[in-house]
Amino acid sequence: MIATIAMRELRGMFLSPLAWAIFVVVQVILAFMFLSNIEQYLILQPQLLAIDNAPGVTELIVGRLFGSAAIVLLLVVPLLTMRLISEERRNRTLSLLFSAPISMTEIVLGKYLGALAFVGLLLALIALMPLSLFAVANLDVGILLSSLLGLGLLLAGFIAVGLFMSTLTQYPAVASVSTFGVLLLFWLLDWSGAGSSENGNVLAYLSSLRHYEPFLRGVFDSADAVYHVLFIATFLLLSIHRLDVDRRRG
Amino acid sequence: MRAAIESHVLTAAIDKPAAPAFNCAPCTHLPRKSTVPFMASETLVEVRGLSRFYGDVQAINNISFDICQGDVLGFLGPNGAGKTTTMQVISGNLAPSEGSVTIAGHDLLEEPRTAKAAIGYLPEQPPVYRELTVDEYLDYCAALNRIPRTQRKAARETAKEKCGLHDVGRRLIGNLSKGYRQRVGLAQAIIHLPPVVILDEPTIGLDPIQIREIRHLIRSLGKDHGVILSTHILPEVQATCNRVQIINQGSLVLNDSIDGLSRHMKSTSLFVAFRQPPELALLEQLKGVKAAHHNGENRVQIVHELEADPTEEVIKLAAEKQWGLYEIKPQTVSLEEIFVELTTEEPPPEETEA
Repeated sequence: MIATIAMRELRGMFLSPLAWAIFVVVQVILAFMFLSNIEQYLILQPQLLAIDNAPGVTELIVGRLFGSAAIVLLLVVPLLTMRLISEERRNRTLSLLFSAPISMTEIVLGKYLGALAFVGLLLALIALMPLSLFAVANLDVGILLSSLLGLGLLLAGFIAVGLFMSTLTQYPAVASVSTFGVLLLFWLLDWSGAGSSENGNVLAYLSSLRHYEPFLRGVFDSADAVYHVLFIATFLLLSIHRLDVDRRRG
Repeated sequence: MRAAIESHVLTAAIDKPAAPAFNCAPCTHLPRKSTVPFMASETLVEVRGLSRFYGDVQAINNISFDICQGDVLGFLGPNGAGKTTTMQVISGNLAPSEGSVTIAGHDLLEEPRTAKAAIGYLPEQPPVYRELTVDEYLDYCAALNRIPRTQRKAARETAKEKCGLHDVGRRLIGNLSKGYRQRVGLAQAIIHLPPVVILDEPTIGLDPIQIREIRHLIRSLGKDHGVILSTHILPEVQATCNRVQIINQGSLVLNDSIDGLSRHMKSTSLFVAFRQPPELALLEQLKGVKAAHHNGENRVQIVHELEADPTEEVIKLAAEKQWGLYEIKPQTVSLEEIFVELTTEEPPPEETEA
């Protein structure tokens, strides 16, 4: 049943021009960034050779690419998730799901996985860029995989926030703006306590940026992974709760 | 003469060929007794003490009723009376504030999955995805209702056939006319052959021919399903339903079979005009007459018992005594009058005895 809803969601996305536009825009921007990263690397290469323990090609190109990808997708994911629930509410199609023999949890998970599958495709396209470097350079596979895992977890969290925001309103635009706001805030929490002697404070610890960067350096800390999983679970539970409240309060 | 008038009233009120609903036994309410042969059919929906608040506003207040197999229940009420809210609660879209809904023996709150599997619901606005074709949409609905993959195509084709959609299967729902979209909504509600079909104003926005077709469809659904339909179009109820409920300001004010209703609609008084009006006392002596009073010059209103119609006696007596009877007619009460009477605070000036 979850798969049915997820498939419907995924297909629905490809029926709208928005999905294709997002594919194109993300791909063009990241390709440009990727190419300019390579260009800069080629310029810096002679100097890097002189330094001991210099960052390698993977860190300099792939790490930076995934760093910028996170920012670009922070702008794009809200547009993907905004209509998940809000549009159904606006078009009064939500009652189709509510009167079918399926639970709120199944509805939320179906919607979530549908959006996740779409972003998975997007991620696969992004991954093709660094993979193309294998033809000319020796990449550090570990860093590449951990970067992909990190970006995947980060995006999964973005979608969970977007889904929750979409359950709150019947206006996709409102859902989109609030998702963007929440995501940006979580990203910027890192600034909290910046410059103080300790390494940030509790707020900064909650920042999603802080739990993303280690992945790009090839460091897999299970605490970071747990952070993302908890982040996703929290917003999914909130979405389920919100739909239930909807039914109770009307 | 009286009989002729009466049958005329009834055929006018119920424009269906053989009026099959008349033969259907209404299911008795609170408590149910199994007296009539048709009662072998099971109770499909049991609503008990249902209330629903929106904040401080009480939309429905302590409603109880049953729906049996073979019932087509018309849910009548003025705007804002609570029709849609009741339907949303029964279909599981809204949780009740108080009370319980049992569908095919399963409590809607405790076993929502089994209970909801027994419901097909068409809300006021059909819940269709404009970007899908009719076939894609119905396949999705079939899957949502857990129809096994191998049977989906057959279920979809049957539903399309029933709703007259066989020509538009490959068209986008967004490009269909309102009437067709309504039919798609209806097909969605019956695709899994649910025992209970809930239709919220199913004929709204349709042209007269489509309305007739949809009514015909609803009547045929009533043979194997229990159907609840809400409307504020009175002839629709008389044309399609075998039971009527009138809801006003959140409370049920009438719950009756069409049979019982037509008994309400039969007159309990006669208007008679004489050239030489007799003593009222003479008329009051007739069998079944409760009272007689003047109603303008030369005119008399005779109020009688429901079961004892004194028309023939009055005519016979008038002929014997040469009162010059030149007009006699039963007072008729339309469903509209009953509706107005039950749903307005002050009774209309000329109160009808029903």
